[in-house]
Amino acid sequence: MISDLADLYQEIIVDHGKRPRNLRVIDVANRTAEGFNPLCGDRVRVYVQVDGERLADISFTGSGCAICTASASLMTQFLKDRDETAAHETFEQFIAVVTGQTDDEDTLTALGKLAALAGVRKYPVRVKCATLPWHTLEAALQDTDNVVSTE
Amino acid sequence: MPVTDPTRPDAPPATLDVARVRAEFPILAETINGRPLAYLDNAATGQKPRATIDAVRRYYETTNANVHRGVHSLSVAATDAYEGARDRVRRFLGAADIREIIFTRGTTESINLVAQAYGRPRLGPGDEILITHLEHHSNIVPWQLLCEQTGATLRVLPIDDRGALVVDRLDDLLTERTRIVAVGHVSNALGTVNPIDAIIERARAAGAVTVIDGAQAAPHGPVDVQELGCDFYALSAHKMFGPTGVGVLYGRRDLLEAMPPYQGGGEMIKSVTFDGTVYNALPHKFEAGTPNIAGVVGLGATIEYLESLGWDAIEAHERHLLDDATEKLGTLPGVRLIGTAPEKIAVVSFVVEGIHPHDVGTILDHEGVAIRTGHHCAQPVMDFFDVPATARASFALYNTTDEIDALVQGLQRVMEVFG
Repeated sequence: MISDLADLYQEIIVDHGKRPRNLRVIDVANRTAEGFNPLCGDRVRVYVQVDGERLADISFTGSGCAICTASASLMTQFLKDRDETAAHETFEQFIAVVTGQTDDEDTLTALGKLAALAGVRKYPVRVKCATLPWHTLEAALQDTDNVVSTE
Repeated sequence: MPVTDPTRPDAPPATLDVARVRAEFPILAETINGRPLAYLDNAATGQKPRATIDAVRRYYETTNANVHRGVHSLSVAATDAYEGARDRVRRFLGAADIREIIFTRGTTESINLVAQAYGRPRLGPGDEILITHLEHHSNIVPWQLLCEQTGATLRVLPIDDRGALVVDRLDDLLTERTRIVAVGHVSNALGTVNPIDAIIERARAAGAVTVIDGAQAAPHGPVDVQELGCDFYALSAHKMFGPTGVGVLYGRRDLLEAMPPYQGGGEMIKSVTFDGTVYNALPHKFEAGTPNIAGVVGLGATIEYLESLGWDAIEAHERHLLDDATEKLGTLPGVRLIGTAPEKIAVVSFVVEGIHPHDVGTILDHEGVAIRTGHHCAQPVMDFFDVPATARASFALYNTTDEIDALVQGLQRVMEVFG
């Protein structure tokens, strides 16, 4: 049981939860959206500066639990300089992994550091913490500056 | 050993035999993640004693029939059981008349009933409803809906930085325009015990009707609605260790008599023709449809069980738990208590510096400690303290100081993980 807990709160997650990367506003962002989990109060805003197909810069602001904050932080690191199509593919792979729909080795490998969040699948009430930044990103890329809600 | 007063052999014991109490709540023997369950989420719902579980099962096994309908023996027995429970609730609330006790689905429905059946026909633009900053959403939203429907205005009595009501502000918030004052007896988020007797007195003097949300008070002891002088008092069975899906609304008889029904259907009528309907007498006028008979019977058995333990003994034990938890958590580095009102009951709300309450809750769960994390359906309270959420440990008669120690150890583990 304790190993489950270590799976969930891996060092990299605790680190990104406490010291999130890319926690800032991008003044020149041309895509942004806000995500909100009304059940726990987690709130993130994702900023993307899209240059052609490329995510030239990506950041987030907001406050949430360690899982949500680490997920947003790792997401921004992973996607910077990738193109939109790749970002969308990663979104689908990430959701499949954290919701326990796939255990595929290649998928986990493709996700790199993001795979550290796979442990959340054993905590059904915490899955939304990990997926909130990603759903927010999807909304931003679709250029719908609406508030995304987990509920 | 519990101490019994030798001059009153039938009186309940003056101290609580907690081990014996725990043995009466089967779920407390469960393990969670391989550890003994420390259930500290009682403000969300209480666990159920064997007396309650048995009463519900016995009702279904031996008595089940519809109430107030048949002439056959089972229907009569079911009606007796149901109305017997109503009388036990009447005594628990100190009401004079059994017709003043209405069964609902819970506190939420009780408050909505008052808002719609009392408030809606009477209120209009210029009228005011006064609530407090401490209220649960179920004592906010029904009044907001009523304001939308009638054009009335919602006013809010503020709290101070301890989470206590600023009662002095009644001087300017309570006016001749105030028609309804709705206030919680005990705050679910912080455990603050509100001075409802003083508020009721002031509200009555101003000519307003008072609605007390007693959901968080009922698990800790009986009330006396006549002594309080309130017009309505609402509670939920499940918070006071009874079945889910049952609530109570006490209402002053003359007010209830003057109110139209809340819902239409069976049971609440005397006669129906297509030209019109004559409503049934109290309390049935407000109990449309087949009620949760087994749940009500279970509530009656629950109150009987709690009374056998003695409310004074329960109160003393819970006071001890609150003091112990306040001291242990209050001196734990990195922990900040939210809500430090002088009058509190059974709830310790807190935040751990730099760690989100949901992470705290998940790690505590691993240690077998069940607490609530979140906004506790009291978002205005969270906003006041400028936190998105808190962790909340809430206590009941069967909790022990060992469980508070398990909470403290769990919090030390939280700090290790995030150290």
